[in-house]
Amino acid sequence: MRLAELIMALVMSVFSIYLMWKSTELPIGWIPEEGPGGGAFPFWLAAGMLLCCMMILINWVRRTSPPSQSKDVFMDREALHLVGVVAVALTTMIGAIHVVGVYVSLPIFMAFYMRFLGRHSWRLISGFVVLTPIITFLFFEITLKKTLPKGFTEPLFYPLYDLFL
Amino acid sequence: MEIFGLLADGFLVAFEPLNLGLVIFGAAVGLFIGAMPGLGSVNGVAILLPLTFLVPPTSAVIFLGAIYYGAMYGGAISSVMLGIPGASTAVATTFDGRPMAMNGMADHALIAAAVASFVGGTISVILFTGFAPPLAEVALAFGPPEEFALMLLAFATFIGLGGDDIPKTFFSILVGLVLSAVGYDIVSGEPRLVFFDLPGFSHKINFLVLAIGIYGIGEMLWTIDVSRGNVTMSKATVSIARTIDAIKQILKSWKTMVMGSFLGYFVGILPAAGATPGSLMAYGIAKSIAKDGSTFGKGNIDGVLAPEAANNAASTGSMLPMLTLGIPGSPTTAILLGGMVMWGLEPGPLLFVDHTEFVWGLIASLYAANFFALIINIAFIPAFIAVLKLPFTILAPVIFGLCVVGGYVPTQDMHDVWLMLVFGVVGYLLRKLDYPLAPAVLAIVLGPIAEPAMRQALIGSQGDVMIFFNRPISGTIMVIALFLILMPLFKHLPFMRKKVAVG
Repeated sequence: MRLAELIMALVMSVFSIYLMWKSTELPIGWIPEEGPGGGAFPFWLAAGMLLCCMMILINWVRRTSPPSQSKDVFMDREALHLVGVVAVALTTMIGAIHVVGVYVSLPIFMAFYMRFLGRHSWRLISGFVVLTPIITFLFFEITLKKTLPKGFTEPLFYPLYDLFL
Repeated sequence: MEIFGLLADGFLVAFEPLNLGLVIFGAAVGLFIGAMPGLGSVNGVAILLPLTFLVPPTSAVIFLGAIYYGAMYGGAISSVMLGIPGASTAVATTFDGRPMAMNGMADHALIAAAVASFVGGTISVILFTGFAPPLAEVALAFGPPEEFALMLLAFATFIGLGGDDIPKTFFSILVGLVLSAVGYDIVSGEPRLVFFDLPGFSHKINFLVLAIGIYGIGEMLWTIDVSRGNVTMSKATVSIARTIDAIKQILKSWKTMVMGSFLGYFVGILPAAGATPGSLMAYGIAKSIAKDGSTFGKGNIDGVLAPEAANNAASTGSMLPMLTLGIPGSPTTAILLGGMVMWGLEPGPLLFVDHTEFVWGLIASLYAANFFALIINIAFIPAFIAVLKLPFTILAPVIFGLCVVGGYVPTQDMHDVWLMLVFGVVGYLLRKLDYPLAPAVLAIVLGPIAEPAMRQALIGSQGDVMIFFNRPISGTIMVIALFLILMPLFKHLPFMRKKVAVG
C-alpha cells in the first residue's frame, strides 16, 4: 500500500506536468484589459495538481495519511487476479466492438464472465446471451433511434432496419 | 397564496398520465438500482440519463427525480443486507443496519429505513416548497462575478465538509476542472488540451463519461476487489406481525427522524455538501443525544432512522441550489444538472420565470415520488431480498454491458467508451488509495460554468480582480468561500505538526 501510494503520487505528478506543458500551447499569462489567457485556467489548475501531489508525497514521507502507514498489500494475488481478468475481458470486449460490433462482443463477454467467474450453467448463460442483444436492439435502436456500432456485422442488420425503421 | 396555486398547477403536471407513470416506474427502477451493491442514485441517474431523450424535458427530469428518490430509499437495502453501502449516502446506514440484520432483524431495519426515508422526504419537500421562491428571487441579482463566487463556494464546501484527506480532495477537484477544459477555448476559439491530437478530444469530455467510468466501471471493479467477486447474503424473514412491531418501534423514535430530516435538508442545500455528510452528521448527533448511546453500532434502530431521514431530506435539499442557482448539492444532482443543460433547460433564477411549469411540476412530482417510493419499497422488500440473492457474477456483466452501451450512446463515439474505461480503471486505483472521486465529477460539471463566468467577469471589469469583491453578494460569497477553503488548511497544518512532534 505504501509503495502504491508513492507510485500513484509520482505518476500523477508526471501527469500534472504533462498537463501544464500541454496548456502552454495557448497563452497562460495575464492579458491586459482581458484577464487570463486561454491556457491559464488549465495551466494553473494543473500546477495546483502538482502542488497537491507534492503534499501527498510530504504526507507519505511523514506517514500521516492512512495509505502511507498501511502495511497491507495494495492488491493481494486473488484481488489482482480477479480484477485483472475482469479488466482485460472488458478491454477486449470494447476493442472487439470496433471489429465485430456490440451485438457479438457483448454477449461473448457476458458468457465469459458468467462461465469463468460465476460458473453458471450453459443453459442460464444461453438465455442471457440470446436475450441481451434482442433487448438492446429493441431498446436502443428501435425505441431510442440510437445506432450502436456493429463492425463488419452491419449488413446482417439491413433486413432488421427494413422491418423496423 | 401564490405558491399554493403554482404547486396545484405542479400537481396537475405531475399527475399527467405520462409523468405519473414515469414517477412510479422511476421510483421502482431507482429502488432496484439503489439496492444493488455498487450502484447508488448517482449510478442510476448516470446510466439511465441517455434513455430519457425519449420524452419531453419536463418528464425526463421528473423521471430522473423519481429514480433519485427511489435510489435513496433503495441505498439502505444493500447496506443492511450485504453490509456494502449501495452508495456513499448509505454509508452511515450500515453502522447499525448491518448489526440489526446479523441479529435477524433485517426486516425491522429495512422498514425503519423506508419509513425514515419517507419522513425525511416529506419534511424536506415541505421546506423546499417554502424556501425555493425566495432563494430564486435573490438569485436573480446574479451576474458572472456572483456565479464564479458561487462555484468557488461549491468547491469550498466540498473541501470543508468532506473531511477526507485534504490534498487528495483538492487534487480530485483540480483534475476534474482541468479535464473540463479539454476541447476549445471559449474566448479565443483555439483548440486546447487536444491530447495526442486525437480527434475525440476536440470536443469537451462529456461528464457522463467520467461519471459512468467512476461510478459504473470503477465501482464494479472495487466491489469485485472487496467482495472477491462473490457477495454473500444474510438471512432475512418478513411477516405482517413483525412489520407492525417494527412500525411501533419506529414511531417511538419520531424525534430522531425529525432531527435527521431538518439537519439533512439544510446540509443538503449547501452547495456540494449533499446527502453523505448530512447522513453522517445526523448519525453523529443521534448518537450523542441518545440516552443509550453505547448501543449505537450494535443494532440500535435510531442509528438507521437518523441517517436515512437525513439522506432523503438532503436529496431534496440538494435540488434547491441546483434549480435556483445552478449549483448541484451532490454528485447525483450534478448529473441531473448536466442532463437539464443537455435538454436546453438552463438552471438558475430564470428557470423559475421561464419554466414555471417545469419547476412546480418537478416539486409536485417529488411529493408523488416520495409517496410511491414508500409503497413500492415496503411491498417489494421480500422481492428485493430475492433479487439480491442473484449471484454477483450475473449482475456484474449486465452492469458492465449497460456502462459500455450507456457510455457510447450520448455522443455515439467509441473514443468516449475507451476514455470511460480509462477513467474507470484509474478511478478504481485512486479510490483504493483514499482519493475521493466525487469532487472530480462535480468539477467536470461545474468547470465549464466556472471558467467562462470568471473570464466574462474579468473582461467586463477590464481585468480588475476586485470585481469579485466589490459587489455585495459576490463579495460575501467569496469571503465565505475563501474562509472555507483555508479553514481545513489551517486545521491541517497544526495536525501535521503535532504528528511530527509525536513521531
